Formats: sequence, structure tokens, C-alpha cells
Amino acid sequence: MNGTLNVTPAIPELFVFTMACVILVVDLYISKEQRAISYGLTLLTLGIGAMLSLLSFSAEPVFTFNNMFVDDALSDVVKIAICVITLLVFVYSREYIEARGLYKGEYFVLGLFAVVGMMVMASANHFLVLYLGLELLSLSLYSLVAFQRDSELATEAAMKYFVLGALASGMMLYGMSILYGLTGSLDIPTVRKAVGGMSPDDVVLIFGLVFVLVGLAFKLGVVPFHMWVPDVYHGAPTSSTLFIGTTPKIAGFAIVIRLLIGGLEDLHGAWRDMVIILAVLSIATGNLIAIAQTNLKRMLAYSAISHMGFMLLGILAGTPTGYSAALFYSLIYAFMSLGAFGMILLLSREGFEADELEDLKGLNQRNSWYALLMLLLMVSMAGIPPAVGFFAKLAVIQAIVDVNLVWLAVVAVLFAVVGAFYYLRVIKLMYFDPPNEDVPAIQAAPDLKIVMGVNAWAMLLVLPWIGPIQQLCLTAVASVMNGFVS
Amino acid sequence: MDAHLLSLVIWTPIIGGVLVLATGGDERAPIARKIALAFSVVTFLFSLSLYSGFDKTTAAMQFIERAPWISTFNIFYHLGIDGIALPFILLTTFLTVIVVIAGWQIIQIKVAQYMAAFLIMEGLMIGVFSALDAILFYVFWEGMLIPMFIIIGIWGGPNRIYATIKFFLFTLTGSLLMLVAFIYLYQQSRSFSIPDYYLLPLNINEQILLFIAFFAAFAVKVPMVPVHTWLPDAHVEAPTGGSVILAAIMLKMGGYGFLRFNLPILPDASHALAGFMIALSLIAIIYIALVALVQEDMKKLIAYSSVAHMGFVTLGLFIFNEQGIEGGIAQMISHGFISGALFLCVGVLYDRMHSRQISSYGGVANTMPVFASFMMLFAMANAGLPGTSGFVGEFLVILGAFKVNVWYAVLAGTTLIFGAAYTLWMYKRVIYGAVANDAVKALSDASAREVVFLSLLAAAVLIMGVWPFPVLDIMHASVENLVAQTAASKL
Repeated sequence: MNGTLNVTPAIPELFVFTMACVILVVDLYISKEQRAISYGLTLLTLGIGAMLSLLSFSAEPVFTFNNMFVDDALSDVVKIAICVITLLVFVYSREYIEARGLYKGEYFVLGLFAVVGMMVMASANHFLVLYLGLELLSLSLYSLVAFQRDSELATEAAMKYFVLGALASGMMLYGMSILYGLTGSLDIPTVRKAVGGMSPDDVVLIFGLVFVLVGLAFKLGVVPFHMWVPDVYHGAPTSSTLFIGTTPKIAGFAIVIRLLIGGLEDLHGAWRDMVIILAVLSIATGNLIAIAQTNLKRMLAYSAISHMGFMLLGILAGTPTGYSAALFYSLIYAFMSLGAFGMILLLSREGFEADELEDLKGLNQRNSWYALLMLLLMVSMAGIPPAVGFFAKLAVIQAIVDVNLVWLAVVAVLFAVVGAFYYLRVIKLMYFDPPNEDVPAIQAAPDLKIVMGVNAWAMLLVLPWIGPIQQLCLTAVASVMNGFVS
Repeated sequence: MDAHLLSLVIWTPIIGGVLVLATGGDERAPIARKIALAFSVVTFLFSLSLYSGFDKTTAAMQFIERAPWISTFNIFYHLGIDGIALPFILLTTFLTVIVVIAGWQIIQIKVAQYMAAFLIMEGLMIGVFSALDAILFYVFWEGMLIPMFIIIGIWGGPNRIYATIKFFLFTLTGSLLMLVAFIYLYQQSRSFSIPDYYLLPLNINEQILLFIAFFAAFAVKVPMVPVHTWLPDAHVEAPTGGSVILAAIMLKMGGYGFLRFNLPILPDASHALAGFMIALSLIAIIYIALVALVQEDMKKLIAYSSVAHMGFVTLGLFIFNEQGIEGGIAQMISHGFISGALFLCVGVLYDRMHSRQISSYGGVANTMPVFASFMMLFAMANAGLPGTSGFVGEFLVILGAFKVNVWYAVLAGTTLIFGAAYTLWMYKRVIYGAVANDAVKALSDASAREVVFLSLLAAAVLIMGVWPFPVLDIMHASVENLVAQTAASKL
């Protein structure tokens, strides 16, 4: 690497970061009524951020900052998805936060910082850069959870999230330090090379691996490191839940790719069995406990746990097809989750949270259009064709059957039936039960209505393009693999 | 147009369904009904041109359409039909028209959603019968569950929610195992094309496991004993139209699945497990017929009678000769007409009396003579009277069974006694005798609309009974080919 600093690969991050600072300052000088300026600027930033990532798209990885930062197809796909989804998150939540007095500049700035954190994670080629991105994301998220500061539930959730999150970060950092001690480097390709030369039975190496994996499992929220997920999803203002439940899942996939597959792929034999345990426990526990929930946000939290388990199936296959299936899964999941939490926001009113399952009762009679949209989302989450969620599950199951883990496929599939039950119950409540009498009428802003409609119908309308999207995921994964070789 | 005829038949009703849905609330119900009728009739006409363009002399797939869909997994939008699929498609398009007419006045709430659900389901069912790509097949197969779930759940009887969730979870469990089977076959062949699987060599252990996976999906759908328990619940609770489609078409998909997958892809496992399948079929024929005998609810009685008749179908399929398989298919088509008609008859009575209990009726012939004569015909057909469509399939299956084992034929033949017993006994108690109570006295005979759909079905039952040749002729070449495939060992 020559002496001049090439910043081109990092332009999207730099742009979003700069804009976050600009919005922070601008927001100080505008009145409450002009808050729409901050909102508009935020959307603009995210839109341009996505465009910049798209423009820098190349299948060939480009390294910069002394090889600490990489811009490859994977990072571009992840960044585009993160920017687009976050943009939608803000559109979904505007009305909700306005009604609850959370419509403040900091809300947008924290969201943008989280986005920068995720973008850095996606591009990290060095353990410390990765950690930096992760902490930027986590700290922003802690504050977003605590944003409704006079709500006890939210404060409790933020506290839990912070304590457990910090513990997880510590574990991961400890794992990284062990790896550093063994390999003498924090640079991912160098670690990879060094690990490749070691015995896979090396106890210290496995020790480091376990700590890294535990940290990852905490961040992804998979069983048995999932305890924070339901409480945080439930306690946080729904607008923050919407954010936590979508983009960080994609970013989580990105760090799994960088850490586990980038750095430690040669230990696949060792971590495969651990990940199998995590995945099976998550799919089983998530789906079983979700049945017992009466709160929609908690139900979706347990459903998130099981979905992360499904995503891990693709990872543990240990093949590029598997990684690409996992990427596809996390992208599709983010959009499904976006729609489902979006529906809660849409049905909520000032002083009324539509987050109990009961609140969905008789939705078909109150408004059959929204009931249909929620039906599409639930069917997709349950993985019932023709909705796109099915193809996500198909891809990961196909990947594990390919490596002769047929039993695991059968287990996953049987728990998918258990999962179908609670999604069906949502459909049952909406379609078969009479509405409660005291629910407020549904009114939503036109932008929210449009986004909701497009989001839900996308579950079907995207069908003809599944092939190209999966191709893109394969390209993204292949480009990461190329990066290791070069 | 010929090149895309199958797509047209699949997508016309689905698009129609979306349009009907778009009409919105019940204040525009008359328009919703008319659009639904128009689309179902047009679909039926399209399916007739499938019939007229069909070449009966070949067993090859016809009206083939093939376009890449998900290239990363070699999934194609691949459609085509042979002589086995065509009769089912015609049955589907015909019955959907009947169901739309039957629901015309009965359904007064959420009319648009009701009609749309049936139209969308029609397209998906035709898709099941014409998909030649395993994943496409699976998408149609599962997609169908959601409209049915909603039909039973919204317009069903008092215990509808239990029934519809049971129906959904039973079928979903079976189907997901089939999905694993498809993925396994893909791993072996790198293709999701069903015709490719016919040539794929598989050892006996693989075949047995795959057979079990497919069995899980199709046996639940047929349904075979002991996984038939969802059916009486679903039938009793479903609205009339739902029962008709469930009995007349959805059950047939199980039989169709055995024909399309188990027999040709897994010939050795089919032979190895034939004894098991025949035993389950005979249990269904005899035991379930006895269960039907003691039912007090008319819909439940017909539901159990369906299970018994489907036992006949699976018996016919697993004796592996031409008569058996042709008889099985003929039985499925005929049972489609007859069970549909019987459920509609019960519907006609239920709409007037709001009771399905046999004991609430008696002497209906006195007040509803026209209706009574229609129901007489269908009851006779259900008992397998010669001259009705019910006779053709049963006769062929018994004939085929004789060739294999006299005892199969003798045991299967008991259906002629039991079938007559439970159907005619029910008929006697409901229709004949003195007028049982004031409610029966006040009954009005079948309306013009009811006469229309009952006579359409009566015509179908009689024509197929007197002159089954066209139906058998269509499937003959394909069945011959299937018998040859099943006889050829893959080991």
C-alpha cells in the first residue's frame, strides 16, 4: 500500500457521518415546527448514502486505510440494504414519534450514527474496525431504546440491553485478544492465514473462538444468549423496535461473515457443531415460546430469535451457497420484520399502542386492506409459499441438505410448522374474531399507507426477481472470498 | 394462444380473484358476484379448449411452457399436462362455476372476499395439476391452503376455528416433509424438474424414505386412515362451497400426488410398501364405512363416505394395473361430482332449516319433490348404482383387484353394500316418511338457481355413468405409460 490515503471506498460512510453531524447542528437552529427539515435531510442522506454505495459497487474488493477497510460487493449490498431500510424505518415511525413527543433531532442523528456503525461493520477488514463499528451501532441503539425517557418499561429495557450488550462486547473483545495473542495480528486476512497454519485442536485457539462466538450470539440474539431480545423489543418505543428488529440483523450477518468466516473459516469443523446447537435451540425455543405470547412485539421478538436460527443454518453449512442463502435470508427477514412492526406503528394512535395481539382482533372488519397486508406479511414470515419468506427458508434448507445434514433440515422444517401456528393465530384474530369495541379508528398519513402497501405486496411481487437477488447474494459472497485470496 | 393456454387457465381466475377483491365492501356485492361468475365461466371455457386441443394418442406432456424462474436453483416456470392431469383440471373449472352459483345468495357477508378466495384457489389448484417443476408444484400446493383456511374460518360453522387450524397444521406438516424430499431429490439430480426424477436412479433405502415423506403429504390430503381425522371437522364446519371444493378437488390432489410422484419416481418402494397401502385402503373402505353408518350429522356422514371412497382410489392405485389406476382416476372424478352434489344438497336443506342433524328431518319429499328426486340420483350414485358415474370407478377397481388377489376384491366389494346402506338409510330418514315437524312442512322446493346447479351436476353424473368413454379415453395412453414406469425397477 502506498503512502497516499485512498478515501474513495469509504465515501458512503464519510458522507453519512458528515451529514449526521450537519443535521445535529442544523437541528439546533430550527424551531419545533420546522423539524420536518431535519427529517427531510435525514431521508435525503440515507437516499444518497444508498446511491453512493450503489455507485461504488464492484465485485473486485478494494482495500484502503492500511488494509483495515475493504469495499467489496458484500459490503455494498449490505450498505444499500441498510440505508434503504433505515429510510423506510424513519418514514414508518414519523407519525408515531410525533404523537409521543419523540420527534427530535437527536432521534435522527442517533439513527444515522447507528447506520454509520453498521456500514463500518460491513466494510471492516480488521478486528478493531469491526469492534468500532459494532460499538457505534450498539451505543446508538441503547440510546434509541431509552429515548422515551419517562417510560419505565423503556428505561428498564435500555438498562438490560446496555448491561448485556456491554458484556457481549467484552466477551467478543476478549476472544479477539486471545486470537491476537496467538496470531500476532488483528488484520482479518492475516489472522486467517495464521489460523490456517495451526492445529484446529489447539485449545487456546478454540478458547478464543468460543468467546468470539458467544459475543456474536449475544449480538444476534440467539439462544441461549437471547434473554435481552423480548424485553428490549417489548420495552422500547415501537419506532426503536422497528429499527432494532431490521437493519442490525443484516449488519449481524456482515460481522458473522467477517469474523467467523473471514477470520476463522479454517476452524469450520470446530464451530460448525457449536452453531448447530445455537441454531437448533433458537429455532426450537423461539418458535415454542412465541406461542405463549399475548403481546405482538414479544411474539415478533421470539419469532426474530427463530429467524436468526434459520439464518445460522446457512452459515453453518460452510459453503458459499450457504453463506449466500444466509445473506438472502437476512435481507428478506429485514423487510418482513419492517412490515410487521410497521403495521403496529400504523395501527397505533396517540396514547394507544396497538402492540397487544388482542388489538388485531377483527381487523378484517375494521379495514380489510390492512388485514390483507398483515396477512401477506404473516404468511411470508411463516414461510408459506407463494410468499417470499418461503424462498428464504428454501435456500437455507437446501444449503444444509447439500452438506448432508438432512436431519437438521427435518428438525428445522418441523419447527417451522410450530411457527406457522402463531402466525396463523394472528390471521385468525384478524379475520375470524369480532373487533373489540373500544379500539380507536385507524388513521394514517398517506406516506405511511403507501410504504406499508408496497412493503407488504413486495412479499409477492418480488417473486419473479428471486433469481437475480440470489445471484447478487452469490456475487457478494464470492467477492468476499476473492478478497481473502488476494 | 395455444402456447400459453395453461398459463391462461391458471392466471385468469387469479386475476379475476384480485379484481373481485378490489370491489371492496358488501355494498358492491352484486358486482363482485357477477365478476366472479364471469371469470369462472371464462376459465371453464378456456379449459374446454385444453380438452379440444389435447392429443389423446400420446403419453407425453402437452401444452408445455418452460421459462427460467430462479436460475440459482434451476427452478423453472414449467407447466404441462398429460391425460392424468387434464380430467382434474376440467373438474376444477367446472366445479368452481357451480360453487360461485351456489354461494350467490347464501353468502351475505364479505361477499367479495368469499368469491375471490374461491377464484384464487381455483387458479392455484389448476397450477398444482399442471406444474412440472417440483418447487412450482409446491408453491401452488401450499398457496392453496391460505384461501381455504380463510374460507372455513370466516364463513364456517360454530367450531370453525378449531377445524380450520387443525386442517391447516395437518396439511402443512405433511407438505413440509414433501419439501425436504424435493430438496433431497434436487441434491441428487441438480434439477427440480419432475420428469427428470422419473429417470433418476435411487436405491431402495432412499426410495423408502422418500416414499414416507411423500406419503406424509399425500396421505393427509387424500386422507387415508389414520390421518383422516381433520376431514370430518373441516367438512362439518366449512361453508357449503368450501366443503364442495375440499371434497371434490383438494382430496383428489392426494391421489394425483401418488400418481405423479410415488408410483413413477419410487417404483420399487411403491411395490415394497404396496401391502401397507392396500391394508390402509381396505381399512378405510370397511371401517370408515361403518363409522359413516352411525353418523347423525349429514355432512359428517358424507365426509366419512368420502374417506371410504378415497380408500377405493388408493386401493386402485397400488394394485399397479391399468384397470386399477384408471378405475382410481375415474373414481376420483366421479366422486368429485357426487360428493360435491351431496354437499350442495345438504347445503340446500341447511339454508332452509339451519340444521344438519338427520333427526331434524323426515318426509322432505312431501314438500320438496324436485329436490328429493335430485338427491335420490346423487344418493344412488354415491352407492355406486350402475348407470351413474359412481359405478364406473368402483367396477374397474374391483376388476383390477381381482387380477391381483381375490380377497382384495371381495373386501373392497363390501363397499357396494355398506355404501348403499349408509347413503340410502340417510336418504330414507331425511326424505321419506311422514312430515316430521312444522319446519319441514314449511319448506319450499328448490329455487331456479338451485335447480340449475343440481341439474348441471346430475347431467355430469349421468353422462359419465352411461358413457365414460371420453374420460377413460383421455387418460388411457398416460396410464399405460405410468404402468410401464411403475413396473420398471430402478435398482
